[in-house]
Amino acid sequence: MNHRLLCVAAWATLVAAITQGGESGPQQVIADAARRVVKLYGSGGFRGLEGYQTGLLIAPNGRILTVASTVLDAGEVDCVLDDGRRYAARLVGIDPQRELALLEITAEDLPAFTLDPAGPLAATGTRVIALSNMFGVAVGDERVTAQRGVIAAVVPLQARRGAAEAPFQGEVYVLDCTTNNPGSPGGALIDSGGRLVGMLGKELRSTTAGIWLNYAIPAAELCRGCDTILGGVAAGPAQPVEPFDLRLLGAVLVPDLLDRTPPFVESIDPGSPAERAGLRADDLLIAVGPLSVTTRAAVEQAVGRLAVGDPLTFVVIRGGGLVELDLGPRPPAAVRQPAAGGRP
Amino acid sequence: MSDAVQSWLRRIGPAWAAVAALVGGLPMGGQAAAAVPLEVRAAEAERIAAIRRASAAAVAIFAGEAGGGSGVLIAPDGWALTNFHVVQPAGVAMTCGLADGRLYDAVLVGLDPTGDVALVKLLGRNDFPHVPLADSDAVEPGDWCFAAGNPFLLATDLVPSISAGIVSGTHRYQEPAGTLLEYTDCIQVDAAINPGNSGGGLFDAVGRLIGVNGRASFEKRGRVNVGAGYAISANQLRNFLGCLMGGRLCDHATLGATVGTAADGRVVVSDILQSSDAWRRGLQYDDEIVALAGRPVRTVNAFKNVLGTLPAGWQVPLVYRRDGRQEQMLVRLAGVHAPADLARLVAGGAEPPGEEQGPNPGETPLPEPIRGVYEPRPGFVNYHFNRLQRDRVARTIADRHASRSSGPWTLAGRLADGAEFRLELSDSQATIDLPTGTSVLDADGPLDANPVPPGSGGLLAALAVWRQLVTQGPAAVGSTTYFGTAARDPWHIDPADGERVDVLETAVAGVEARFAVDAAGRLCWIDLWTSPEADPCEIRFAHPTENEPGAMTVHRGPELFGRFLIESVEPAGAMP
Repeated sequence: MNHRLLCVAAWATLVAAITQGGESGPQQVIADAARRVVKLYGSGGFRGLEGYQTGLLIAPNGRILTVASTVLDAGEVDCVLDDGRRYAARLVGIDPQRELALLEITAEDLPAFTLDPAGPLAATGTRVIALSNMFGVAVGDERVTAQRGVIAAVVPLQARRGAAEAPFQGEVYVLDCTTNNPGSPGGALIDSGGRLVGMLGKELRSTTAGIWLNYAIPAAELCRGCDTILGGVAAGPAQPVEPFDLRLLGAVLVPDLLDRTPPFVESIDPGSPAERAGLRADDLLIAVGPLSVTTRAAVEQAVGRLAVGDPLTFVVIRGGGLVELDLGPRPPAAVRQPAAGGRP
Repeated sequence: MSDAVQSWLRRIGPAWAAVAALVGGLPMGGQAAAAVPLEVRAAEAERIAAIRRASAAAVAIFAGEAGGGSGVLIAPDGWALTNFHVVQPAGVAMTCGLADGRLYDAVLVGLDPTGDVALVKLLGRNDFPHVPLADSDAVEPGDWCFAAGNPFLLATDLVPSISAGIVSGTHRYQEPAGTLLEYTDCIQVDAAINPGNSGGGLFDAVGRLIGVNGRASFEKRGRVNVGAGYAISANQLRNFLGCLMGGRLCDHATLGATVGTAADGRVVVSDILQSSDAWRRGLQYDDEIVALAGRPVRTVNAFKNVLGTLPAGWQVPLVYRRDGRQEQMLVRLAGVHAPADLARLVAGGAEPPGEEQGPNPGETPLPEPIRGVYEPRPGFVNYHFNRLQRDRVARTIADRHASRSSGPWTLAGRLADGAEFRLELSDSQATIDLPTGTSVLDADGPLDANPVPPGSGGLLAALAVWRQLVTQGPAAVGSTTYFGTAARDPWHIDPADGERVDVLETAVAGVEARFAVDAAGRLCWIDLWTSPEADPCEIRFAHPTENEPGAMTVHRGPELFGRFLIESVEPAGAMP
């Protein structure tokens, strides 16, 4: 496409953006969408566990979608509508894999979001507005918090090991703004026309960097979650994924018995990738990739953080000298298989 | 710029952020640039201009070792708003930087510690760049806004950092942090507000001041922006500006009653002090609060929000409901703190500023730049500015009354029922002839002993003191200070109304009184107390128009004493 054509396209977008702004500005879009967002209050309120979150009205008869969390442990949850009306919400069901929960209040003719099961994923770069009960600053008939941002990436939540632990591994919208705060989970992510794009997810924090992830679960995934709950599909517990382990390559380290067990290699399985790469018993690992390691725990952490396909290299001390070893790309992590038993 | 264009710009703010992204992100030739619509170019130019104006008025405040923060200039002669918590470590003298790269000396003028507001005055120019205060009640979630300030004290060249965002919420209530610093009715934004942004301005799409940034939600995220900053609203700032400019230590208001949410969601009086004005006016337990100061009250937060924007001492309308009937009253708001307590809190437990705390010229000389513009005095932050404001009001009164001699004033006219009255005020005495009899007050004696005429609460004393203020000047009458500003008509508290009247406060011969004077030097109302516990004599003046004569309405508490239509005044124009 030549530049002139691009410009014409850009111009058309500009005009559209302005026209849209004139007809239904962000103020009106926010006001309309906020009527479909509820504030939820349940159990919690201590030790960093908030007792409040956000929910989305997804049907005029009072169906509310939110995240499955400890807030709902109370059994009965207080639900406050945009206009300040207060209801007791009942838990209908939970989708543990997506960590979604469906609640119900006894009400009718409520404004609600439309969930489109066939809705395509929003593109990276889409302008969005997040609406949530962030920090619990809005109470009663006060309108929830509105924040503007851009979808910065559409990526699987199967983040690197050690970065964030979440049962849901599908694609999520990563946002460029700080939308995921205490109380935000269950909040609405809408586009400039007020359509529901996704739902703000549970708080996720990197255990190593301490950084919180700002993300939302796509609307189509929310539909599947609702179907799972309403269809009575017994969604089993999320499949735990084992962190990557050197034993998958045939290397066994000395048992982790001390506070700071030095990472010596105990044994190497014959014919294993580790043996082929030249790793030997009694090697002392001092670096995994660019990271220096001094303990067994540090090795596990460094290895566990590698994504599938990342290069795996070691530096070891052997016989007083340094040896560099290349074990090739990290293979896929194995999903824990149920222990083989006698039952069919 | 026309209102229509401003409104248009405000509405399309985020849309043209998209425009900027597209324009910036695409490769474009010269011809292509020419294809950008004029409206877009105009919007872009307007945004640049708005940020330029706001930047010029942004102040970097340096508090030495204690750090610093931001401020914003609101008048050409150097008045700048900031946070109390920014200036507290700096003391009374500070150094401020502007985007022009120059440093200016500044002096502390007034404090509102509860609202976390401070007023300082930059010295050395009378043509400082500045921004106007907008009507913050017109702000809506989704409005485009930006902050200009000095986050992380990055502005080593004194040019402020700009962070843009949208208004996330309005009329937010934030619980007091510790004993002070309650953020009521504030504007929540997703523009990055970081340490150092404190005290800086929050601006709308056209660069008008809608608030002063001062707080953010942090909790477990550490002390950096997490997408929730809070600004003190411009309308609240406007309410306190008079008090701050008068060099005072300002206090917030209390109704003397607490409210709670009833089972059915109504906001009801849950406790009430019998010493409060609201109690004397007849407010009772379980009365439902419907509106305060002209704003509807549907939640406890809304009640606290409205109350938090009001200065102590104001009289505001209160609408309540009892047994299905809706009633309204004017209620006088007391201070949240005893004056000495507030001073102690500000001094961090030490003695009130102005006594031991303030710089004592005899021992520690004042910093050179603020000599002549700082004067400590108990109850004041900087009495120098109180005297300036009092003398300014004195000049407007003197200008209006320049031709009035010190001879007697006489007013005559009719009461509402048609009966005649005659009032004479002289240096030595005040006399009123009413159908019920004649009352005389010795204007040289104690004024509180015998409030006459009976039932008025001290009408003659109030008028006698006003005559003294006019003929002798406020400096010569007892202890007269500048109180601040208040509404011309307490029944109509318009938070965006720039036309407030100045109020002088006088203590003389056993009475205390407040006199509201408009910009033309005309008397608007008087409140006079002969005893702090009793209801004051409240006199409200209606100024004569082409069709209507002037009038004077006198109340004591809820009781109407009389309505006086003034048909003749000697010398002409002496009153009201």
